[in-house]
Amino acid sequence: MVIGSAMDIVTHCKVPRYLHNDLPLGNPLGEPGDRVAHKETLLNALALTSADSPIVKVSALQWSGDSDWKSAYNRVDDSNRESLLKMGEENRRRRAANKSRGLTR
Amino acid sequence: MERTRLYYRAQGFEKDYVWASHEETPFTPLAKPLPECTVTLVTTAVAHPDIPKPVRKAESIPFSEVPDSFLTDELSWDKETTHTDDRESYFPVESLNALTDEGVIGSLAKHFHFVPTQYSHRATKEEDAPAIAAACRKDGVDIALLVPI
Repeated sequence: MVIGSAMDIVTHCKVPRYLHNDLPLGNPLGEPGDRVAHKETLLNALALTSADSPIVKVSALQWSGDSDWKSAYNRVDDSNRESLLKMGEENRRRRAANKSRGLTR
Repeated sequence: MERTRLYYRAQGFEKDYVWASHEETPFTPLAKPLPECTVTLVTTAVAHPDIPKPVRKAESIPFSEVPDSFLTDELSWDKETTHTDDRESYFPVESLNALTDEGVIGSLAKHFHFVPTQYSHRATKEEDAPAIAAACRKDGVDIALLVPI
């Protein structure tokens, strides 16, 4: 059973039971502090165990703030193109350093 | 996924990431009523940040040793929009305990499980997943809730 907020990646993987919360990545159970939502998410997920074949369900839960997060997450535009490239170069440098120190699996 | 692909390309990665995918969807029906089931959590949040990221492996950790907060900074999530200060929003142990008290589920397993986010499919499929599956069987787990951040 997967509870998450990445519909395309999880369905691409093909999992037996998936409860999708359409929320910004980081809080798959619901917004921070929202115990009602967290419990509801668990109950919705546990309800999927009665299915007799693979199942994907999208919950009704919605982010309480504006919906800008959907277009802002992982955006690439002129404002961050240079910093993203630097981030990638740093990432590759770090990986190479780890590998040379035997820090790899 | 297309958005993430473009994001990685913008970072200068020449090869596109290939996301894992089963050929067929695995499925096992639940054999017991929920109030008799033992439940566990599988998380990508890091319980032991002292272990260097490139060599982190699957770990089975007693629920009695759940950290007050996990390390989440190294994972990819929407840091501009939200935060992970509330552990329950990604590791709902208190909510599961409440559901146990209410008789919705039978019990929490002895251990929860950490699985590292890994570039290597091999490490996840051939090492981490089998280790967690074996630990779940040992604990008599009926339902594993995978809650990736």
